[in-house]
Amino acid sequence: MKAHRRNRLGLILFISLGLSVTIGLTLYALSQNINMFFTPSQVAGGEVPKGQHFRIGGMVKDGSIAREDDSLSVNFVTTDFISEVPIHYVGILPDLFAEGEGIVAEGRLDEQGVLIATQVLAKHDENYMPPEVAAALEGNTPRSAAPYQP
Amino acid sequence: MIPEIGHLALIIAFVFAMGLAVIPMWGAVRGNSAALNLAPTLAMGVLLFVGIAFAMLAVSFLKDDFSVAVVAANSNSLLPAIFKFSALWGNHEGSLLLWVLILSGWMAAVSWFSHGLPSVMVARVLSVMGMIAVGFLAFSLLTSNPFERLLPNIPLDGNDLNPLLQDPGLIIHPPLLYMGYVGLSVPFAFAIAALLGGRLDASWARWSRPWTNVAWGFLSLGIMLGSWWAYYELGWGGWWFWDPVENASFMPWLMGTALVHSLAVTEKRGVFRAWTVLLAIFAFSLSLLGTFLVRSGVLTSVHAFASDPERGLFILIFLALVIGGSLLLYALRAPTVASRINYTAVSRESLLMVNNLVFTVSTIIVLLGTLFPLVMDAFSLGKYSVGPPYFNAVFVPLMALVMPFMAVGPLSRWREDSAARWLHELLVPGAVVVVFALALPLLFGARFNVWIALAVLLSGWVAIGVLKDLWRRLGVGSGYGLRWQTLTPSFLGMATAHLGFASVVMGAVVVTQLNEERDLLMKVGDVEFLGGYRFELTALSRQAGPNYMADQAVFEITQGDKAIATLVPEKRRYFASGQMMTEAAIDGSVWRDLYIALGEPVEEGAWAVRLQFKPMVRWLWLGGALIGLGALLTVADRRYRRQSTSQSAAIAEATGLAG
Repeated sequence: MKAHRRNRLGLILFISLGLSVTIGLTLYALSQNINMFFTPSQVAGGEVPKGQHFRIGGMVKDGSIAREDDSLSVNFVTTDFISEVPIHYVGILPDLFAEGEGIVAEGRLDEQGVLIATQVLAKHDENYMPPEVAAALEGNTPRSAAPYQP
Repeated sequence: MIPEIGHLALIIAFVFAMGLAVIPMWGAVRGNSAALNLAPTLAMGVLLFVGIAFAMLAVSFLKDDFSVAVVAANSNSLLPAIFKFSALWGNHEGSLLLWVLILSGWMAAVSWFSHGLPSVMVARVLSVMGMIAVGFLAFSLLTSNPFERLLPNIPLDGNDLNPLLQDPGLIIHPPLLYMGYVGLSVPFAFAIAALLGGRLDASWARWSRPWTNVAWGFLSLGIMLGSWWAYYELGWGGWWFWDPVENASFMPWLMGTALVHSLAVTEKRGVFRAWTVLLAIFAFSLSLLGTFLVRSGVLTSVHAFASDPERGLFILIFLALVIGGSLLLYALRAPTVASRINYTAVSRESLLMVNNLVFTVSTIIVLLGTLFPLVMDAFSLGKYSVGPPYFNAVFVPLMALVMPFMAVGPLSRWREDSAARWLHELLVPGAVVVVFALALPLLFGARFNVWIALAVLLSGWVAIGVLKDLWRRLGVGSGYGLRWQTLTPSFLGMATAHLGFASVVMGAVVVTQLNEERDLLMKVGDVEFLGGYRFELTALSRQAGPNYMADQAVFEITQGDKAIATLVPEKRRYFASGQMMTEAAIDGSVWRDLYIALGEPVEEGAWAVRLQFKPMVRWLWLGGALIGLGALLTVADRRYRRQSTSQSAAIAEATGLAG
């Protein structure tokens, strides 16, 4: 083999080996770090595999927010107007978190079926609804008007 | 009247863009020099009329003309004047107009600075950019007219600008980012023009290179500012979230990084030609993809202004046309421009290829993580989200992989080099860095942290490579005095950008490893210790701002007996929208930031408070700024000034690479 041929062969082998390793590791990392999204009805219906880390989206039920006075623990209920899921969170909630507003929470269910949230996200302005939440609520809202204004 | 003038100007600009897309291209095919030479005039026409449209919209915002729909939706009479102006691009329609304005600015710049280029090349480049302008002007006029009126029911006042966007960061972040995003259309247009002309040589790379560097530099600065804005404005103290919208700007940057380096090889050595063209096509395609992701409303983000599916479809079709068309052209023409390999495995070419591989793979990885949830959703396979752990797990090792090569690259020789020579150059500096990496964390921190040691090792290695190169160029110790003239803007720009990269890595690793954060409940008089600092909440009060009411908390921070700072974080309620906003208070310095954000009032006189101690976080943005400024600096290089046709042709001929 001529020198430049040998170089080219080595190069191609090096690149394909590197790419295969990268793709393998990437897919592994992806499979370990994706969060599936569920609606409160799906959670209540037991569709979430036990112990799985997942996301839930819905409205914060009116009158459900309960803060403890001496800590940052907070309990509230999220709803899609069909089923409800209680959520427990410790920490500072986003600015636009309020009763009757759409949120997305992420975490695991405990033995009692309470979502222990590691993160709570709220929409970023008063006209906007996260698409997941909008989809979760589609057709379920008790109000006659659309659940959000695009 | 003013909005109608603006609308009319936008339509005229569209007509000019149509002319630009067609006439010079026809001239290039038929060899009609009159048609060719019309290109710069038409480009100026587009700039002029888009400029008028932009000015008219700005006037509408500043004069509170609430009969204009976007003004009514995004401004308010109480808003300070500077935010009324920046509100122009704080919404979909206006930001699109800014996009087109910047595109026409780039077109005008190309026609202005390209006197040395063959007129057929200039005509083709401008014509390709004209086609892009046609697409975006049509998008603006057909789906997102910024001048739409609300008649006859004119609102008395506007809805207000999203409080998150009422910030100086928003005044400059989008224009800078767009300069980069849209600027990548220039190397794209050069690549397409070169494919059309079948002339893809070293002089083509030399023309394209300064434009690429500038666009990439602006993109770096824009991303850096976006990260800085998120840090102080969102109240979380985070600086990068792997949010799909961040990724939308980060992917063109990663691809652009590969392009900047690959162009260097093509310019200097005439190889990697087909690959460089492909990178230019991909970099701009990723800009368009980013626009699609951000503007179509498929993403949940602060950037996703209320949007409708029609717009998403329009960009998707445009995207498909641009990517499909340019790849088809590439497939037809690239085989004729492929170069033979005339370098060995141990050479600067190979090192730059490592850069290209790593950055291309990084782009693919970020693309995969960003598109995965969208693809699954589109095929109704469930709703997913891909979190930061994925991106960190794959991206961080890749960056660590490229850094060992970064120090060697600038010192290496083209074509053929030897590992023994690299070892000779870098053995002593390398040993010094190893000692530093082991000793430095021990000197500062009580515990040894392996990640910080690695960061010091890799960043130090990159920095020492730059310094060694500087040393060698200056000829220190050669006995002939210092050779200052060897420090060209090209070299200084590269050195600055590489040092900036090292700084980003240091900042990112140290703040991730040593960050201290505490969420707690505080009353007046409460004291908390964090990172060796004493935080005391001394007062709570209520203050009125121009268009909001704020709850303020006063914190006195001391270290031992020394007063460090008084910080006043706020919780604001904006009148027009009723929206709540956290305004964090930060005491910043080179070595650490102290960050306080108010959560919410929990009981009478007690607030949820987040305190953070963030060591070396500023190195991130300092590094980002150095990367951007370094890229901009390279344009000052003298060799880009002397771009006469005869000379570049002579160079091409001399190196045996002419078309």
